[in-house]
Amino acid sequence: MTGHYVLAIDQGTTSTRCILFDFRGRLVSVAQREHQQHYPQPGWVEHDPTEIWRSVRRLVPQALAQAGIGAEQVATIGIANQRETTVLWDRRTGVPVARAINWQDTRTDGLIEELAADGGHGRFSTACGLPLATYFAGPKIRWLLDATPGLRARAERGEVLFGTIETWLIWNLTGGPEGGVHVTDVTNASRTMLMDISTLQWSDELLDGIGVPRAMLPEIRSSAEVYGKASVVLPGVSIAAALGDQQAALFGQCCFTTGEAKCTYGTGSFLLLNTGAEIVRSSHGLLTTVGYKIGEDAPVYALEGSIAITGSLVQWFRDNLGLINSAPEIETLALTVQDNGGCFIVPAFSGLFAPHWRSEARGIIVGLTSYITKGHLARAVLEATGWQTREVVDAMNADSGIELSTLRVDGGMTADNLLMQFVADVLDVPVVRPMALETVSLGAAYAAGLAVGYWADLAGLRRNWHRASEWQPKMDPGHRAAEYASWQRAVERTFGWKKIGRSQGGSSTPLAARAVRSHRGLTDTP
Amino acid sequence: MPKSIQSIERAAAVLRLLARGPGRLGVVELAGSLGLPKGTVHGILRTLAGVGFVEQDGITGKYQLGATLLHLGTSYLDVNELRSRAINWADALASRSGEAVRIGTLLEGKALVVHHVFRPDDSLQTVEIGLLLPAHACALGKVLLAYDGAAATAAHRVLEPYTRRTVCTGTELTRALTEIRERGWAGEVEELSVGVAGVAAPIRGHGGLVVGAIGITGAVDRVCDRHNAPRAQLVSQVQDAARAVSRELGAQRW
Repeated sequence: MTGHYVLAIDQGTTSTRCILFDFRGRLVSVAQREHQQHYPQPGWVEHDPTEIWRSVRRLVPQALAQAGIGAEQVATIGIANQRETTVLWDRRTGVPVARAINWQDTRTDGLIEELAADGGHGRFSTACGLPLATYFAGPKIRWLLDATPGLRARAERGEVLFGTIETWLIWNLTGGPEGGVHVTDVTNASRTMLMDISTLQWSDELLDGIGVPRAMLPEIRSSAEVYGKASVVLPGVSIAAALGDQQAALFGQCCFTTGEAKCTYGTGSFLLLNTGAEIVRSSHGLLTTVGYKIGEDAPVYALEGSIAITGSLVQWFRDNLGLINSAPEIETLALTVQDNGGCFIVPAFSGLFAPHWRSEARGIIVGLTSYITKGHLARAVLEATGWQTREVVDAMNADSGIELSTLRVDGGMTADNLLMQFVADVLDVPVVRPMALETVSLGAAYAAGLAVGYWADLAGLRRNWHRASEWQPKMDPGHRAAEYASWQRAVERTFGWKKIGRSQGGSSTPLAARAVRSHRGLTDTP
Repeated sequence: MPKSIQSIERAAAVLRLLARGPGRLGVVELAGSLGLPKGTVHGILRTLAGVGFVEQDGITGKYQLGATLLHLGTSYLDVNELRSRAINWADALASRSGEAVRIGTLLEGKALVVHHVFRPDDSLQTVEIGLLLPAHACALGKVLLAYDGAAATAAHRVLEPYTRRTVCTGTELTRALTEIRERGWAGEVEELSVGVAGVAAPIRGHGGLVVGAIGITGAVDRVCDRHNAPRAQLVSQVQDAARAVSRELGAQRW
């Protein structure tokens, strides 16, 4: 297979990237293009699926040209995508019936409350592993069907198709109206609230409960198998993998064994733990999701903990307080002092996510004295990411009964050496950064390469995984315990700040407000 | 004496005018004061804004001196910013060369390691960020000295030997630094520790100013050829990575 490469399409929330990887998992070329975010109303976020498809058509040839290779040298294509974003389109023309409803969009909040009125936010969680929340795709489909006259009837006749972004791209790549393949993978399907997490099939109970006709749904397939061959862009090349982006990162990090976990540090952060064949139901505010499924193999499940504000706290420190000029300078400022000086920042800007799920919480800075400088504040900003990771890891350990032994990290914030050392210190486990930071794309490439035999097995992929850096815990256990206790006291002080029914303390970001409320509702359910 | 460059003289006049008053000035006012066409002054202002020497107000469109100008003598590029911008390229270099990668900047005459990527063989290694290396005895440091006249002069005063191959006379150091500038990279063969060799090349920012160095280090039998010189392939990999980071930082020609 020398001279052959695997193409990954990473269709993200703000941009689309096409990346070529070689046999050793090394990045060969990258082509990237941003797409427009549409905000038609407060709380609404939309993408134009046609624009996204056009980006893919342009980027693939660019990635090949950069690498100086021809289409015949592409062994296969894998897709990783932003999750839950919902597209409905006309089967005959291929034209979307509306713009895609983005995962951050909260227009379904009324619908969620309506659905929760009969049985609570947790009424579907046994079947699908998820609480009712605006985050997930099923209610977004229902909203579109309700909002557009005549659409439900057309959907029931199979004239209108649903897909998350990978489904939309695969259908278009394989011919669109002329024989396009209508499929999704188990990881993306696990974010719709429509799939039974045990059988990995669409569930009548869930379809009836949420109000989505089966005829419009794609076929659920594994994450790594040949779905079809491209008829445009790269004619004849197979499309052999699809994974939601966070699951793709789990796979790209080679977390193939039960108990292995990764955290992707971006504006928010997502920690996924491989729980193997076991479906672990969380009692600590985590989501149960499918990690991946390779062809005929048994599915691998995961627990997911999401942290709303990590990198975005650094951005806030830069843009709203103006104490630094660029995000990496936070480390320089933090290193002007020895410690946090007793100061803690809890960034509950729009409530707290996992494991607290408190929508009424609001951010605080505590422990201020005349001694505190901007350096201490910078420390507290970075430490907030560390302690929030610790809380999610504690929840995972409690739910799964597996003690995390190493945390694999990726994402932009891993360039912050002080932060990575702090994460190792507060978790009391080694933190490891792999040599390839592009783990999302790499995961999609790996899955596709496995499906077509470009790579032989998981062991072969593991051989490509190399440590670029490793941080060992160094913090004194007594000091760690004392600091964690202080953090937890600080978190408690954020609770109950926003009074329900009044807009106090600023408006929430769309995703956060509703997702938090929905999750909180889950824990409140009698 | 070479002829003075008119556009630089004009740019200096623009900066003097902006420094004189407390308020911001518009293109028309500046052009009027200097007796220059509006288009010329606008071009100068855009260029100065590009390097951060002036800043334009978002609302009025008028100009004032930029923050970069005020910190001209201190820090040019934040080291953590450098790491953040270089991290992908440093990973790629480690992956291609099979050796450990380090990025360094000068701190009080020594080479400060600001980024470190492990050798990709999964052997036990520890993070070396924060380590201070004697500049005259390693490839990273020699690159940094080669492009910083003041630091090079200071380094000549103390040339402590670490092995019998360490550069430890002023004449030798001057010759070594000249050679580095001519070929654009530095080698290190058992100069800091026995059995270890390295290669490094300069990282340039806006306008070509050297802001750091990137290099590999490893066992001498892997890094060097039969003649005990760094392998040509490794040298070109290091130079490619240095150029890629330089482009990332906005250097035009490298």
